[in-house]
Amino acid sequence: MSMTTQDFWQTEPHHHEEGASTNIGFWVYLMSDCLMFAVLFATFGVLHGNYAAGPGPKDLFDLELVAVNTAMLLLSSITYGFAMLAMAQDNRAGTLRWLGITLVFGLCFLGIELYEFRHMIHEGAGPQRSAFLSAFFTLVGTHGLHVTFGSIWLVTLMVQVSKHGLIAANRRRLMCLSLFWHFLDVIWIGVFTLVYLLGMI
Amino acid sequence: MAIPANVETTFLLGRLNWDAIPREPIVLATFAVVAVGGIALLAALTRYRLWGYLWHEWFTSVDHKKIGIMYMVLGLIMFVRGFADAIMMRLQQAMAFNGSEGYLNAHHYDQIFTAHGVIMIFFVAMPFVTGLMNYIVPLQIGARDVSFPFLNNFSFWMTVGGAVIVMASLFVGEFAQTGWLAFPPLSGLSYSPWVGVDYYIWGLQVAGVGTTLSGINLLVTILKMRAPGMTMMRMPVFTWTSFCTNILIVASFPVLTATLVLLTLDRYVGTNFFTNDLGGNSMMYINLIWIWGHPEVYILILPLFGVFSEVTSTFSGKKLFGYTSMVYATVCITILSYVVWLHHFFTMGSGASVNSFFGITTMIISIPTGAKIFNWLFTMYQGRLRFELPLMWTIAFMLTFVVGGMTGVLLAVPPADFVLHNSLFLVAHFHNVIIGGVLFGIFAAINFWWPKAFGYKLDVFWGKVSFWFWVIGFWVAFMPLYILGLMGVTRRMRVFDDPGLQIWFVIAGFGAVLIACGIAAMFIQFGVSIWRRERNRDLTGDPWDGRTLEWATSSPPAAYNFAFTPVVRGLDAWAEIKAHGAARPDAPSLPIHMPRNTGAGVILAALSTVCGMALVWYIWWLAALSFVALVAAAIAHTFNYDRDYHIPADEVQRTEETRSRLLAQGA
Repeated sequence: MSMTTQDFWQTEPHHHEEGASTNIGFWVYLMSDCLMFAVLFATFGVLHGNYAAGPGPKDLFDLELVAVNTAMLLLSSITYGFAMLAMAQDNRAGTLRWLGITLVFGLCFLGIELYEFRHMIHEGAGPQRSAFLSAFFTLVGTHGLHVTFGSIWLVTLMVQVSKHGLIAANRRRLMCLSLFWHFLDVIWIGVFTLVYLLGMI
Repeated sequence: MAIPANVETTFLLGRLNWDAIPREPIVLATFAVVAVGGIALLAALTRYRLWGYLWHEWFTSVDHKKIGIMYMVLGLIMFVRGFADAIMMRLQQAMAFNGSEGYLNAHHYDQIFTAHGVIMIFFVAMPFVTGLMNYIVPLQIGARDVSFPFLNNFSFWMTVGGAVIVMASLFVGEFAQTGWLAFPPLSGLSYSPWVGVDYYIWGLQVAGVGTTLSGINLLVTILKMRAPGMTMMRMPVFTWTSFCTNILIVASFPVLTATLVLLTLDRYVGTNFFTNDLGGNSMMYINLIWIWGHPEVYILILPLFGVFSEVTSTFSGKKLFGYTSMVYATVCITILSYVVWLHHFFTMGSGASVNSFFGITTMIISIPTGAKIFNWLFTMYQGRLRFELPLMWTIAFMLTFVVGGMTGVLLAVPPADFVLHNSLFLVAHFHNVIIGGVLFGIFAAINFWWPKAFGYKLDVFWGKVSFWFWVIGFWVAFMPLYILGLMGVTRRMRVFDDPGLQIWFVIAGFGAVLIACGIAAMFIQFGVSIWRRERNRDLTGDPWDGRTLEWATSSPPAAYNFAFTPVVRGLDAWAEIKAHGAARPDAPSLPIHMPRNTGAGVILAALSTVCGMALVWYIWWLAALSFVALVAAAIAHTFNYDRDYHIPADEVQRTEETRSRLLAQGA
């Protein structure tokens, strides 16, 4: 074996850290998801004044309800953060407890959103009524759908953590869901500001 | 067949009933041929007991090389379908003069031009490009696989699922009659009430999931899996262009997905995004779809720019001229591709300022592109050129693509575009760049990397036959369309009044026949090469005196690609290793850690396909069932923690010793 061989080939076994790409991969996925929301925001921006002689934001939105709803989601993000802190301390029971609380807040958020939707549809302000309402229901509904899938994922992870403990694979998964959950929070801040607050001005 | 006005829906089968089966003789004959061929194929697979082999070695494989090859096979199969559509259109347009209606009714003809565009872009060009990137990129960066091998397999099968949905529309129901981008309001429920547009939507959505995920996968692979020493500015140009392409995929396909979701809601829920009433805005669809659509054309061409760079430098026997400028040109094109979308509809009437902005940005793109052409020319200048097939395709590309590029700049001038918009001039332009750029590039790549994938070169004689038929056929088929376009003929016409135009359509049709000969010669080339593979066998793994790392390993490479990870000390890593005469290390005696094959990708994609078909036909119970099954299967898959295995040390050693023996034989 010549000297140069050593310079051009790693003769030691190559260690590829397990799951080293997962975090950045999930980030890139989140950015692509963010673009999907960007399209929905842009659509809402174009269509937000097209009431087609139907009801507008001031006739429909109940800001106090939305404020409570926002609080639910923000609290769920905080409790998810506590779950991650518990995970960092290798505290399986604590992690599971905080994940459970996060789930409750998430479900409260979804419940309030569904109540709001039902109420609007009952008043004749469904997604078919005007382009404004189509854009509203699609933007807010897509966010809600994401929270729904996040909740399903949360339950799955709770089962997996209680079954296998805080092993490396599960930590990685909890980290991904953490990114996802906080990402939905950020999107909601956009929804709350652009759809609800600006709509009420 | 006319579109059923009011189709009754039943609980069990939704809109599906006997009337959904087309009864046109052309479709029936096609169906007979496909059915007989399909049954013969299935029988042969069963007879020779190949199912197990296919399932274990290919369908469930997470090996990026096998997935890459499967993408290429998918692209080839769909290419035959897309070309059949093309030749049918050429025949119809050559016939339909002097009161003749041709041989296709409007309903059928409109489906054909839509299907041709959709299939050629989504199920031919995209699988070819993704397949190439999948096969080559991990090898070029000295990696053992992609970052997410299972995701790779899943992405492939989602693409297949989309193709299955689109193909099913040929024999059950109808395909969209809207043109390949399905602009509303034509694609809305009021003007396209039956299943055509729904086939379009679900076919693209299922395939789109695969494309986005594969984009994320390859992007992360390039960022994280490069061999030690391979800094960004030491990456091979093909890897660079693939990197930019995957950025474009990740940053544009979600826009397509979201836009199609909005169209879906209009059609299924009754929302008013793109409708003519209640505040809908159909121009918003056209803006949104082109915000995806323009980056898409660069998704298709950029990887091939990379191919041409590798081919030119390899067959000129020197390093690429202006590597750094090539990288910056690619990055510029990547960014600029996002700020030109409006040039597809200057006629929208957005005003002189907006049109000027988009006209100028469009013209600016020709600068980095021109820089690339000069770089290739200067690479060849004073090089020791070897006129092998890959270089021939590259030169044909340069001559053809430059003309296509220049007509593109012409179309970028808004006042000229008002005259040429939606004319055959436009059709000639984009075929000029897509055939001359993307397809010629694919053919260069196939001829270049075939020996890497299979261990023997492709037959040169039939390759040259194919080359000349293709290149000449292209010019004969599309130059008449430029002329017709300048005379004001619009695209997608089924019959013509002016008999003076007929001769040009006949010439274009003749060109299509020449291309058909080129395609036939290519299949003969593949067949002959496989048949006489011992004659063109390559034992070295480096038949072209290559410069990048994929040539450093055996042909075909072992499952683990590299027994030892290469260390990169400069550009053209393999050329450098050869220049230093660095010997290949002795066979290792260590096990190699690899991902395990899994059938989960096939199962998830199959469920998605069933769900898509159920939604097309309004079979709600099946849609709900398959969707729940899809989520359940995905969750079940996450309960499998046992996803990798070790190739035993003695097996690695045996493989590497075989390689050493072959190298000694070849030397």
